[in-house]
Amino acid sequence: MNGPQDLGGQMGFGAVQPEDPSEPLFHAPWEARALGLTLCAGVLGRWTIDESRHARESLPPAIYYSASYYEIWTRALEQLLLTHDLIAEADLAAGTSAPGAPHPRRLAPDAVRPALARGASSDRDVPEGPRFRPGDRVRAKVMHPRGHTRLPRYARGATGRIEADHGGHVFPDSNAHGQGEAPQRLYTVVFDGRDLWGDDAEPGLTVSIDAWESYLDPA
Amino acid sequence: MPHDHPDHDNQLDPMEARVRALETILTQKGLVDPAAMDRIIQVYSEEVGPRNGAQVVAKAWDEPEFADWLARDATAAIASMGFTGRQGEHMQAVFNTDAVHNLVVCTLCSCYPWPVLGLPPTWYKSPAYRSRAVFEPRAVLAEFGVTLPEGQQVRVWDSTAELRYLVIPARPAGSEDLSQAELAALVTRDSMIGAGLAQVPA
Repeated sequence: MNGPQDLGGQMGFGAVQPEDPSEPLFHAPWEARALGLTLCAGVLGRWTIDESRHARESLPPAIYYSASYYEIWTRALEQLLLTHDLIAEADLAAGTSAPGAPHPRRLAPDAVRPALARGASSDRDVPEGPRFRPGDRVRAKVMHPRGHTRLPRYARGATGRIEADHGGHVFPDSNAHGQGEAPQRLYTVVFDGRDLWGDDAEPGLTVSIDAWESYLDPA
Repeated sequence: MPHDHPDHDNQLDPMEARVRALETILTQKGLVDPAAMDRIIQVYSEEVGPRNGAQVVAKAWDEPEFADWLARDATAAIASMGFTGRQGEHMQAVFNTDAVHNLVVCTLCSCYPWPVLGLPPTWYKSPAYRSRAVFEPRAVLAEFGVTLPEGQQVRVWDSTAELRYLVIPARPAGSEDLSQAELAALVTRDSMIGAGLAQVPA
């Protein structure tokens, strides 16, 4: 979706504010709790990482742009919990809930380190051979899906070159909507800065994206 | 970080209150164990951070065979050092050279290689960085105090899928005789994103 998350090439956000290495990891205690809640709730297995990204980008733009990233995570988590009937609006309004038995998939403290160290791979076998080979010229499709996609707007319609073939990966545009992993081959596609930004490009710039096969046409 | 609840709720920041309420609800419902949250916070506060990535870079500088492995199969090479897992399942190392400077961004969210760099700094997640890194990286780098030589190419990697990128900064001059531990001390977090350079030995 052409939501507030699709920031590449947008203007008006001002200078980047670098942080000293001594800057704290969390800028308020609630940020750490928001991280813990988001990861623990994810382990319940009711949504995928793609659906959680879609929940974040579906926040109203005015809220998205005024929120810190952990606030974005928190608001999206509330939505996911509501959508999947794990909590009710009344719970949020009351700030408390009736006690329930531990969920069978509730993350136990001793399971945290193994779960984090294991992660969750997104590579999958795909039966079809590659449609593109390294060196091929491709054009990113012009598309404006109302649902989740990982093809940024700044690349749509631009011509680039296949640099690498990463094999099959879960397709977010499908997986974010509960329509299955539908794996597709994933490529790194490199664009010359001028093919993205015209005469306004900085000299000597190339930009790459990782693009699923259906995002691309031969050029 | 301890899980402590002070009593002065009327003074709470709205987000502090909002997150605390959500934690209360999920705990009561049996969906979340606060002790597991404590453990997650502990892992990313004390165990997993950019010192991991600095060890990878130092080893790559010091051992050409490891650098080759890192270039071929970064996931396996990094896993051999014990750094695996969430948000680092599919790693790629990109090497700065005299010809090319690499910079990593996630324009669509905040994808970042957690096992080697830990949690991202605020600036990495900011609209300012995400919007400009793909458009005017040299201007962004200037805000980090980095001026690249004219003629050096800039390659920006937008992390739009589940591949996670680790920049291997150029080895600084004067570091020839240093141990891997001494080399690792020169490697900053920002240099492994491409927003900085490795420090020069004192």
